[in-house]
Amino acid sequence: MQKQTEEQNMTAETQNTNKSHSFNVSAMGRENKGLNMAQEEAALTVKNLKLFYGEKEALHGVDMIIPKKRVTAFIGPSGCGKSTLLRCFNRMNDLVEGCRIDGEILLDNQNIYDKSVDVAELRRRVGMVFQKPNPFPKTIYENVAYGLRIQGVTKKRVIDETVEWALRSSALWDEVKDRLHESALGMSGGQQQRLVIARTIAVKPEVLLLDEPASALDPISTLKIEELIHELKNDFTIAIVTHNMQQAARVSDYTAFMYMGDLIEFGNTDELFTNPSKKKTEDYITGRYG
Amino acid sequence: MRVSLKDWFKSGSPWIWLNAGAVAISMIMVIGLLIFIAIRGLGHFWPGQIMQATYTLPGETPVLIAGEITDTEMVPARQLEAMGIVLPEGQLEAKRILLKVGNRDIYGSDFRWVLENHLSNITYPKDMLSLERHEWGNFYGNLKTVKAAGEVVADVASDEAKARELFAKYFAESAAIHAELLKIQKHDIGGINYALERLRLKERGLELKGEKTPENLAPLEAERAELEAEYNAMQGKMSELYANENKNSFTVVEANGREQEYPFAKIVRFYRPNEMGLFAKIKHYFSKVGEFLFDDPREANTEGGVFPAIYGTVLMVVLMSVMVTPFGVIAAVYLREYAKQGLLTQIIRVAVNNLAGVPSIVYGVFGLGFFVYFLGGSVDALFFPEALPSPTFGTGGLLWASITLALLTLPVVIVATEEGLARIPRSIREGSLALGATKFETLMRVVLPMASPAMMTGVILAVARAAGEVAPLMLVGVVKLAPSLPLDGNYPFLHLDQKFMHLGFHIYDVGFQSPNVEAARPLVYATALLLVAVIALLNLSAIAIRNHLREKYKALEM
Repeated sequence: MQKQTEEQNMTAETQNTNKSHSFNVSAMGRENKGLNMAQEEAALTVKNLKLFYGEKEALHGVDMIIPKKRVTAFIGPSGCGKSTLLRCFNRMNDLVEGCRIDGEILLDNQNIYDKSVDVAELRRRVGMVFQKPNPFPKTIYENVAYGLRIQGVTKKRVIDETVEWALRSSALWDEVKDRLHESALGMSGGQQQRLVIARTIAVKPEVLLLDEPASALDPISTLKIEELIHELKNDFTIAIVTHNMQQAARVSDYTAFMYMGDLIEFGNTDELFTNPSKKKTEDYITGRYG
Repeated sequence: MRVSLKDWFKSGSPWIWLNAGAVAISMIMVIGLLIFIAIRGLGHFWPGQIMQATYTLPGETPVLIAGEITDTEMVPARQLEAMGIVLPEGQLEAKRILLKVGNRDIYGSDFRWVLENHLSNITYPKDMLSLERHEWGNFYGNLKTVKAAGEVVADVASDEAKARELFAKYFAESAAIHAELLKIQKHDIGGINYALERLRLKERGLELKGEKTPENLAPLEAERAELEAEYNAMQGKMSELYANENKNSFTVVEANGREQEYPFAKIVRFYRPNEMGLFAKIKHYFSKVGEFLFDDPREANTEGGVFPAIYGTVLMVVLMSVMVTPFGVIAAVYLREYAKQGLLTQIIRVAVNNLAGVPSIVYGVFGLGFFVYFLGGSVDALFFPEALPSPTFGTGGLLWASITLALLTLPVVIVATEEGLARIPRSIREGSLALGATKFETLMRVVLPMASPAMMTGVILAVARAAGEVAPLMLVGVVKLAPSLPLDGNYPFLHLDQKFMHLGFHIYDVGFQSPNVEAARPLVYATALLLVAVIALLNLSAIAIRNHLREKYKALEM
């Protein structure tokens, strides 16, 4: 079922891209021209990362950086390994049985796969939002306060302030301020996803990983999420996986194109979409395959 | 247009009919069962008319007979012929009536089968009196005189209204005294006895430790003297009350004119069913139901109430739930969340499932052998040596019964909890982990609360199974009559070592071990209905909790 919708998405995208051939990025009101990877500070550094599911190698040695306080988008066809790579950044793949990792990911010059690393602490520093909204069956307030309570924050004033800040930051405060103590499950899908983002930023992570955050949402909610990403970029390093190339073009500063477990091309979003250097990238963004 | 059989089969409607039929039959059976025991059980408390008739056995002098009709049946003539009773020409069967004639102290038995053919002049005299007594069951007859301190103060023959008034008055007085006596006996004397027993055990403890010195004994002796003084005072008060209770009496005449004198102290309640209106009967009915629910049993459990049994059942089930829930949940969490899934966990799972199929009596035997004799024996040797050789925990009791049943229902809780844990969406767990929660924190804060409705389902199933179990309990602590409730006002309040009564066992005992079968039969139905009601009530409360939890942790539609 899900696969099918993805395919439908893809065909829709393909038709779109066929029409315009390439994106008119500057028309989308984004100003990231002139960004240069060489001048960026790295939040995360990936060094020759290989990942195996059992015997099967899913990532064949990825080298890249995730620039600080920028939005980095990962695009590529289904099964290319972009979500897998994203889940490596906060070791979510640890939960997958038979998953093995080779190589390094450095956060503050420390390999996050080092034995001495506290995984829970790592995940607090590298937060993640998933494809489908997954609020806890608690009140809106408790959802946002969850991460704080986990960290042992008990002062009500601190929690109150943080909850408000997180909800304001995720543009949800005005909608929910009168029903903070109602169940989060009564919210719409778009609101739930923004709540999950609020919940994630409430613990003040350094990096925010978004795994197709808008793929289960309607266009209006998608727009809101995209606006939110734009806002959040001022405070957080963001890495986003998306199926939707327009979305990547709209929200990101840098884009990585992945194909069959390889990082094919990684660079400034404008350049990658207007003037891809690799044939495979061009074929993909022009919709020759997908 | 003819629909072919094949098309009809293909349309699916035969299966719908089959399913609907199966559901209907199940419903009819369950509802029929409930209605049957309800009618048999609830009818028992309704005051029946007292019939009086002339009973003439062929070749014997006619006698008067009085009593309540409790049952009738038709007997074929041939069967009666074999018993030497010849029916008139042409009558193929005769009605046989089970009369509750009461007056067991006079006749030797409460019940009597009589043939309708042998009855004549059937009347329902208005002033027929039914007396419920503390002993010897009911008395049916007519009031003759009322006596105060041995002197006749009213005679029905001369002034019936006065006799009735005085009868009611004296009865109320003696009933009040009786209630007071009961309270002293159960509460005060019971408390003193309990304290004395503790003192005795203390003294024995000192003796065992070799510290039985006069200095150590002195405080015990002082306390004992105090208690004994108290006891003697109580005794004095009680004998005074006894004298008062037995001061007034009355005489009654049974159907054949035999006169009996009883003190008012012997009477539980009196009524004249033949002159009661509907309202009075309803009132009487509810007072009887109240007695059944809230009083102690009398007369080898065939009269009075079943309160200690209700109490024991509920308390045992509650204790069982308190024990089984944490164990089951912890085991399920380990099996599902922490244990490495593989052959071994699979084998354990199969073993757990199979445990649910072990016959309950086997658990009873295990409980007796392991808990009662081994564990209980060791506990006694270690902690209660002063009470030996009489066992404290080394005999069946509330604790061992609850633990045995907890063991019996453990698989149900484990399986239900495991299923609940498996149903929690992966995305929710990941959401929590991605926020920096450890696996344990995720379990405690998100997964377990969300799985709590499933745990409650397990508890509901466990309660349903445990509350109805009788066989294992007979081995590990249930008795037909427990002298005191397992939860009372004497320190330490909850007496886990005490034996207790149980509704299921009560049914068995009343139905099959009772000397007075006819009197016991309706009580079997009433108690069965009550047991069903208690289980339903326990279940409903658990279901209410579960629905509340479900509402609270409504899982995401994923």
